[in-house]
Amino acid sequence: MLIYILKRLVYVTPVAFGVSLVCFMLVHLAPGDALSAVLPADATQETINEMKAAYGFDKPLPVQYLIWLWHVLHGDLGTSIATGRPVLGEVTRAVINSLILASVATVIGFTFGTLFGFVAGYHRNSVADRAASALSVFGVSVPHYWLGMVLVIVFSATLGWLPPTGAGPDGSGNWRPDFDHLRYLILPAVTMSVIPTGIIARTVRALVADILAQDFVEALRAKGMDEFGVFKHVVRNAAPTALAIMGLQLGYLLGGSILVETVFAWPGTGFLLNAAIFQRDLPLLQGSILVLAMFFVVLNLLVDVMQTALDPRIERA
Amino acid sequence: MTAPITAASMALDGGVLSAGDVAPEAAFVPSRGFWGHVGHRLVRDPVAMGAGALILLVVLIAILSPWITPMDPYKGSMLRRLKHVGDATYWLGSDELGRDMISRLMLGSRLSLFIGVTPVLIAFVIGSGIGILAGYVGGWTNTILMRTIDVFFAFPSVLLAIALSGALGAGIFNSIVSLTCVFVPQIARVAESVTTGIRKRDYIDAAKLSGASPLTIMRVQVLGNVVGPIFVYATSLISVSMILASGLSFLGLGVRPPEPEWGLMLNTLRTAIYANPVVAALPGVCIFVVSIAFNMFSDGLRAAMEIRQ
Repeated sequence: MLIYILKRLVYVTPVAFGVSLVCFMLVHLAPGDALSAVLPADATQETINEMKAAYGFDKPLPVQYLIWLWHVLHGDLGTSIATGRPVLGEVTRAVINSLILASVATVIGFTFGTLFGFVAGYHRNSVADRAASALSVFGVSVPHYWLGMVLVIVFSATLGWLPPTGAGPDGSGNWRPDFDHLRYLILPAVTMSVIPTGIIARTVRALVADILAQDFVEALRAKGMDEFGVFKHVVRNAAPTALAIMGLQLGYLLGGSILVETVFAWPGTGFLLNAAIFQRDLPLLQGSILVLAMFFVVLNLLVDVMQTALDPRIERA
Repeated sequence: MTAPITAASMALDGGVLSAGDVAPEAAFVPSRGFWGHVGHRLVRDPVAMGAGALILLVVLIAILSPWITPMDPYKGSMLRRLKHVGDATYWLGSDELGRDMISRLMLGSRLSLFIGVTPVLIAFVIGSGIGILAGYVGGWTNTILMRTIDVFFAFPSVLLAIALSGALGAGIFNSIVSLTCVFVPQIARVAESVTTGIRKRDYIDAAKLSGASPLTIMRVQVLGNVVGPIFVYATSLISVSMILASGLSFLGLGVRPPEPEWGLMLNTLRTAIYANPVVAALPGVCIFVVSIAFNMFSDGLRAAMEIRQ
């Protein structure tokens, strides 16, 4: 097991470097100059050069990359051009808010996804199966930003039951686990949970149908085990894959929350990215994307290791 | 293939088969070939056919829209803003600037389809190229190409799309470029695994022994056997691509006003969700319907192609 973890780590390291290189290059893909957003239009060449030297933009690209990487490895993601505050602090605050939203959405998605998946897998080609299949197609086909708008129209604009935007009643950007804040969480979390619900339902349905068709299930029934006993065996066989999908979905939601966060003005990473893009705050853009991508890389690694721990057959393969 | 022959022969001589009466009949049963079978099965799948018909209808509307819209999609009127659905003049209401919704939705299908489908098409060509090369050549070429692809897999696709188009700046061209970058690695990985799967097959060895050049083998034996599965995978990406492309416009990173595009229309109509919620939700209905149609058609295509055994 330890050897497997080490192997995965060796494999992940170059990927992580690749990710940092892509994030670094993002800034240089940008048209114009990274400083054009902050410098006045009539800045003299002298001022421009001074600013370039201050941000290190005067050095050759590979050198700039190494310096940037050195700082990143020491936890310094640079300074936001728009606010002048350290990028790391801004990103951390936003990541926590996004993580709350994404976790709740993943839990909702996992609960309903496995429920529908099990019902459909156990009763292939029944009405319940058709409904579950329809639901999973709905989940992966619906533009979630539109679904968010529709939920706001129904539950906020028309019924007035839930607040349409924000993370809490005070308008501040920090979510707290109390009733008032919970009301703000419901609509965005439900909106975001639709995709994982569909994907998990589809996967679990196929898993359960596969497991039920295997010989050992028949053997268990033949020796007189009751349905609940068989069900426990099915759950144990389906769990590693289902949990792995759930882990990956959490990563997708965290990285893909920008559209839903924009609809609900949720103060998370999506909202931060949006601001970074439209204020052309490139260090902030670079830093938030790096943090999110690294989070996804680490999450993938954890999912792999966890899946192998739960199902040792994978390691041998 | 043997089933109809057996049935016919059994009817002729009471269930006793002899080699003699199979051979001449077999000559009269033309094989449909792989794609013929796929087409045959697809036509008999009502869901896939319905979805296909819907896609065809939207494509037709997109092509013909400049000539068939009931009103001018760009002409607004401050006096006729946010009319409701079912209005005598504005059948599907009017938007926040008093422009006819049905005309804008019809014309909007052009850009929405274009920015949604184009990235998948380009990525299909580039991704297949990379994947087939990596899979067929193997060795170091494979390692370098596929490890590079792995780096892009470290980004969730929505994040990568937004990061790239955010860095490149708003615009139709940039949003197509960034979505293409999102789909190339995904298609390349599928192409690589399919190609690796057939590389060691006997018919490749047979072609090599017969003296075919590597390029000919790539073109005939490899391409002929891998394009189908890669194509099916690519069609399953169109739905995601449509949602993402309109999503970029929704964020203000894609199509620019006043051009009608469903994602952008959804964004500008967000201010109207209290005054006229039904009209505000309409562009999203279009994205949803087209995206679900592409998903169902792709599912049908995949099911129709599973006839190897």
